[in-house]
Amino acid sequence: MADAPLRVLIVDDEAPARRRLRELLDDCATALPLAVVGEAQSGREAVELLQSVPVDLVLTDIHMPDMDGLELARHALKVPHTPCVVFTTAFHEHALQAFEVNAVDYLVKPVRVQRLLAALQKVPKLRPLTNERLAELPSSARRFLSVTERSRVVLVPVEDVIYLKAELKYITVRTAQREHLLEESLTRLEQEFGNRFVRVHRNCLVARDYIRGFERVVNDDGDAHWEVLLHTLPETLPVSRRQQFVVREIGREVAA
Amino acid sequence: MMLAYGPGMRSIIRHSGDAPALPDLRNLGTTLRILLAVNGAAVVAALVREPRWEALPAAIVSTAGALQPPLLLSLAVLWLAAPWLARQPYRAGAVVVAGVAVASTVAFHALYSGFAPEWSGSLGRDVVLALAAVAALLYYFRLRAKALSPAIAEARLQALQARIRPHFLFNAINGVLSLVRSDPRRAEDALHDMADLFRVLMRDNRDLAPLADEVELCRQYLDLEKLRLGERLVVDWNVKSMPEDALAPPLVLQPLLENAVYHGIEPSTTPGIISVNIFLSKGEVHAILRNPYRDDGGRHHRGNRMAIANIRERLALHFDAEASLESRTLRDSYEVHIRMPYRTVAPPKAAGEARVHPAGNVVALDQERAKPRNRTALRPLEAARG
Repeated sequence: MADAPLRVLIVDDEAPARRRLRELLDDCATALPLAVVGEAQSGREAVELLQSVPVDLVLTDIHMPDMDGLELARHALKVPHTPCVVFTTAFHEHALQAFEVNAVDYLVKPVRVQRLLAALQKVPKLRPLTNERLAELPSSARRFLSVTERSRVVLVPVEDVIYLKAELKYITVRTAQREHLLEESLTRLEQEFGNRFVRVHRNCLVARDYIRGFERVVNDDGDAHWEVLLHTLPETLPVSRRQQFVVREIGREVAA
Repeated sequence: MMLAYGPGMRSIIRHSGDAPALPDLRNLGTTLRILLAVNGAAVVAALVREPRWEALPAAIVSTAGALQPPLLLSLAVLWLAAPWLARQPYRAGAVVVAGVAVASTVAFHALYSGFAPEWSGSLGRDVVLALAAVAALLYYFRLRAKALSPAIAEARLQALQARIRPHFLFNAINGVLSLVRSDPRRAEDALHDMADLFRVLMRDNRDLAPLADEVELCRQYLDLEKLRLGERLVVDWNVKSMPEDALAPPLVLQPLLENAVYHGIEPSTTPGIISVNIFLSKGEVHAILRNPYRDDGGRHHRGNRMAIANIRERLALHFDAEASLESRTLRDSYEVHIRMPYRTVAPPKAAGEARVHPAGNVVALDQERAKPRNRTALRPLEAARG
């Protein structure tokens, strides 16, 4: 184990930054056995790579288009061989205080070779990241939900999600094409994506963009309730009595 | 970050802090302060004069009542004269303010002696009181301005600091570092670009400079960004009909391009086009910058607003109402349109009043342009500041 080279994945949207890190890693290779197993331009590409090549350490930029480094770290937790993650950033932001508090390692670019080597040597002793620790870092809402299907991590773009419905142990993630099962808490999801989704029922969040309208339904007992009509899907979702105000709120939004 | 200590920054503080100025007489805060101070003084005067507690309310009403008409008239006249007054030297302005106060006192004195003799005291006493009030108020406003000026200078400083993102500096250095081993020549070029860019950023940028210089600076800046962004950054230059000698405030375009890169290019993995259009039309220079833009919930907007406000302020400082900056969000792009008058430097020997600032540089030449149809003159910075 001690002699096996450290397998490193470089993630940065800027080619020169990747090249620079590669040069520095080459410099470190004399002091510590390591191998750069790949480069990725975005978090999304990195998640794909992580599933084909086992990686011990991901060196990722924080700010990237498509999927940033923090989101990458969250999805990487679901990969079978979970890698350690060390973040890189060009600017020492206030936000980095949170990294220090939570003992999440980061490197400020330009990176000195000594500092990089120190970070690499620490890797075997690094506490693995957890969702809880990552949640402490200042991040914006994820762009993707990651679900595990046949031991592969599948990324579902949040903008494709029509509704999220809690059932027993899992959450059903519904897109226009199909359903996925997600192991997360609906309350957490509501906090993270509150702008995009609205709660219509104790067990259901619906994407505002996909709401076509509401329909008043009277069942056999004579009880009436509202149902959400959706774009692109024929099915309807019940609105609970407690969330009825949503009908008026959204109804007005659509009319306006 | 480091720019906070540049020479240009210090000069801004010196600039706005020195000369005393009249308060803004159209400002609600100023008006309220004057009303409160004068009426407060009236209450105290009534207290001193009227020994009986029961009679005090009547005494206050009578004192304050007599005071109100001349006070309001003075304020109204000063409100009307405010823009003109702001352009006068401080002493002259103060004399005018005192004159207005005395004149309205005299006018109402005459009126009262006809209709309300019980309000009418001796004229000399009223005039002295009015002058005392003006002196006390002006002294107060001057002290207040002094107390506030560091805060204003600080705000200005912060606004200027926002002009270049430290983010850019470190990214650029990182970009150069990535070239040092593989392509030393390009690394050299990039370092030269950086040196030029920072020389401009750190110098005293109060004077107008030729537009061609600004465009050259923008090219150097974009070359540096291209280094790290590669083919993601595409720049479409349309500056063939640009009047190269037109004078513009330095750094009028570069911060906008920085925003364009930050908001338009960086958030996307696919190539984006920044277009720069500069042309002359009807004696005015137009610069239109456009970048792709996708609204992502407004987390980037603060920096952009600050840069826009900063440039708008500097344009106003140099050209007043003759220049404008408008920005608008189109369906999938963002556009900034700058309009300024076409002015060029007059030949050095031409007659005209040259203003020299302490560093010894010529600030501006108060000089008509050679072309007779464009009679606008360059306005010295100090005068524009009021």
